[in-house]
Amino acid sequence: MSVDRGQRVLAVASAGGHLSQLEAVLPAFESQTVTLVTTDPDPDPRTPVERVFVVTDANLDTKARLIRTALQVLIVVLRVRPGIVVSTGAAPGFFAVVFGSMIGARTIWLDSIANVEEMSVSGRRVRRHADMWLTQWPHLAHPDGPAFEGSVL
Amino acid sequence: MIVVTVGTQLPFDRLVHSVDRWAAEHPDVEIVAQTGHASERPHHFRSEPFFGRHQLDALMAQSSLIVAHAGIGTILRALELQVPIIVMPRRAALGEHRNDHQLASAERLGARGLVEVADDEHALHRLLDRRDELSASRRVLEPPVELIEAIRRFVDAPPVSDSSGSTRHARFGR
Repeated sequence: MSVDRGQRVLAVASAGGHLSQLEAVLPAFESQTVTLVTTDPDPDPRTPVERVFVVTDANLDTKARLIRTALQVLIVVLRVRPGIVVSTGAAPGFFAVVFGSMIGARTIWLDSIANVEEMSVSGRRVRRHADMWLTQWPHLAHPDGPAFEGSVL
Repeated sequence: MIVVTVGTQLPFDRLVHSVDRWAAEHPDVEIVAQTGHASERPHHFRSEPFFGRHQLDALMAQSSLIVAHAGIGTILRALELQVPIIVMPRRAALGEHRNDHQLASAERLGARGLVEVADDEHALHRLLDRRDELSASRRVLEPPVELIEAIRRFVDAPPVSDSSGSTRHARFGR
């Protein structure tokens, strides 16, 4: 039987670059209980997490799968009831931040370092639901947000 | 083998010709280049306007050094492959890009020791002359302490009520 330490954190990222960037900031949650949600069927996070949920991958070009992903993420959010949601994107993270904020969680969006020209579509759309809304490039920061607080590279 | 790439969006003749002039002095060095629709094909090494995506990736994986525009996709791939990379940032003033974001990103990543930055032909030639040294050096990826600390401060902060100036709209369940 596991005991919750600190707050319940839902950390969400698509497989690949999004996930490796999320892993790079997981040390920020070492006093909390972290549940990882990813599209990677076999994640192996360097920082240990309490539990892993795998969800379907989807993007704006796959509308039907997007709905399925949204439902899967909603179910996880309702089961875990996190106090904090953090995501580096993409679509699953967007839904987690939106649903998380609806149930009262504090939310963090960290836009991928690959987005150097402008923020990602998900990142722009998630603005109103993100308490901490971050870009990893100083030249994309703005007084009205997103903020720059450092980058994974 | 050195792999040169200008990305898939626009040509970058300034980079290609800079490498060509160095290659003329170093016929013993194997160089392969993806040049886009360059105005003039390089004379001293093999080049194609485009390679198949997997083909270019395979070439990059086998190379000892990558020379490229400062495109974030190319840079991230080089870091993943652990192949040293020299970047020449595209400049808006020279019509090479629509803004100077490559200058900003190259400077930031260069300051962190993740890429070598060559602003002009002279700097590029000096870096190419040091190719063996660059190939041998290992880039160490440090943990992003400032970002982790900023997030930790947010996590540890006591909850704030919605009336305190938060810009978020009302939520269900609160």
